[in-house]
Amino acid sequence: MSTEGRIRRLAEEDRPPVEFALDGRDCRALLGDTVLTAVLSNAKTLRHSEFGPEGRAGFCLMGACQDCWMWQESGPRIRACSTPIAEGMRLMSMPPREWP
Amino acid sequence: MSERVVIVGAGPAGIRAAEVLTNAGLRPTVVDEGMRSGGQIYRRAPEGFKRAADKLYGSEAKKAQALHACFDRMLAEDRLAYFPLSSVLAIADDGLQVLTADGLQQIAFDRLIIATGATERLAPVPGWESAGVYGLGAMQIALKAQGVALGRRIVLAGSGPLLTLVATQLEAAGAEIAAVLDTSSLAKQLHGLPQMLARPRLVARGMAMRAQLGRRYRAGVRLDRIETSSEGVEAISWTHRGTTHRTECDAVGLGWHLRAETQLAGLAGATFTYDHSFAQWLPKADAMGRAGERLYLAGDGLRIRGADGAEVAGRLAAVACLEDMGLSAPDARADARRMRRLDRFAEGIARAFPWPAEVVRQLPDDAVVCRCESITAGALRDAVDAGGSEANRAKSLSRVGMGRCQGRYCQLAGAEIVAAQANLDVATVGRLRDQAPVRPAPIGAMRSPDHSTRSGRNN
Repeated sequence: MSTEGRIRRLAEEDRPPVEFALDGRDCRALLGDTVLTAVLSNAKTLRHSEFGPEGRAGFCLMGACQDCWMWQESGPRIRACSTPIAEGMRLMSMPPREWP
Repeated sequence: MSERVVIVGAGPAGIRAAEVLTNAGLRPTVVDEGMRSGGQIYRRAPEGFKRAADKLYGSEAKKAQALHACFDRMLAEDRLAYFPLSSVLAIADDGLQVLTADGLQQIAFDRLIIATGATERLAPVPGWESAGVYGLGAMQIALKAQGVALGRRIVLAGSGPLLTLVATQLEAAGAEIAAVLDTSSLAKQLHGLPQMLARPRLVARGMAMRAQLGRRYRAGVRLDRIETSSEGVEAISWTHRGTTHRTECDAVGLGWHLRAETQLAGLAGATFTYDHSFAQWLPKADAMGRAGERLYLAGDGLRIRGADGAEVAGRLAAVACLEDMGLSAPDARADARRMRRLDRFAEGIARAFPWPAEVVRQLPDDAVVCRCESITAGALRDAVDAGGSEANRAKSLSRVGMGRCQGRYCQLAGAEIVAAQANLDVATVGRLRDQAPVRPAPIGAMRSPDHSTRSGRNN
């Protein structure tokens, strides 16, 4: 999968960096980014669709469509568009292997 | 003890409703999903972002600043209880079940003002399930709240006032806009013009924005297909005056004006009618927003009038609430007059930028209608043939409307497809019943030990 980001930053780039992991890969975002912004500045998609071949990258960005849920290595899933990125977050685009 | 009034939503309508109530000496509770107050059109960036208001809100900067200041003042003076980052999941027994950052809480109310706003109104375009397809509003939210463009080469398509507005905002910020494709023809747009002239300055501003886009703006377009790879959008093909075009892009923003967010209103007991000019189900309410016993609605969740209309509707709902409690209320006659002008404009917009019902009815069988579960138009048509045309029946058989968005983004398109298959008017198909919880919630929150009422927090 491409490690090039989907989004393009246009402003507000002088914020402190935040380190996080995406599928085990070390990534960097900026403080104040949502999880969606953080992940999509390092990848083209947030997750794989459970029902089709395509990747998903969010849709409404305001908590209404539920397209942007992501997995965390620690267990709880999060809505990427409305969760701020935090230092040390470990995110996954696919469910853990033991998920039924 | 005075009655407990709870407002759901801290956008233009919710904030102005709170202002009227606090001025009357009440202490309302405001529950809002956002990290900060302001709603979507006047959405605020997180703390630490530095762009000035005129960069974020353009010609509407003064309105946005006034609204934000109004809320911040009420909060600083402790004149309301505020639950940010909190989603109402259900309404029962005169209480809201609210998922807050600290778990599930019950918030009791005597009167309820619902100001939940709107989402984009979406029509499926083949390929729209792919990564890189967003709502038009999402494009705007990404720019305002995060300072980012959701792609490197963007096509905006659909119809409505947001289309050219978002295009010019993105371009001014440095994004590349490859094309702006309006499915409404110039003839239809002229049809709405007389009523839209109720607000001549807005019309002039819209024309200027369009002129700025030049040949990249096309009216009367048919959107044929979004071409995709496993990593997302690659191009959009479209037809204009009989010629097919293909525009390469890595992101598409779609939207056909707005769709009222009405699920909480439905759970609170509002009833609905299909409004043919707005082409959607809208709650029944009087001119002040009274929609049931001790229930008031305001803003785009009541009727699509935009931010200015939402501020007026918020004040009117609060005045109605005060009057019904037997308290003295400010004179609402000027706002009622203002609202009549805004309503004329809103009707004009609805005419000028119509919902593309015929295109939706003719979607190819392999086009995805439900993005949540990737269910196609063909599968929905089969469900109608097997089980009939009632909306909720078609939903249980096909699962279109049963995914995680609970039909917010497929209900209107689904209803058109069902109606076409059964040869009915779309209003006859019916509205999907509102089902709690209206947001997904972790099971863990349900066994939270603290179900007691809290007084909110001030941050």
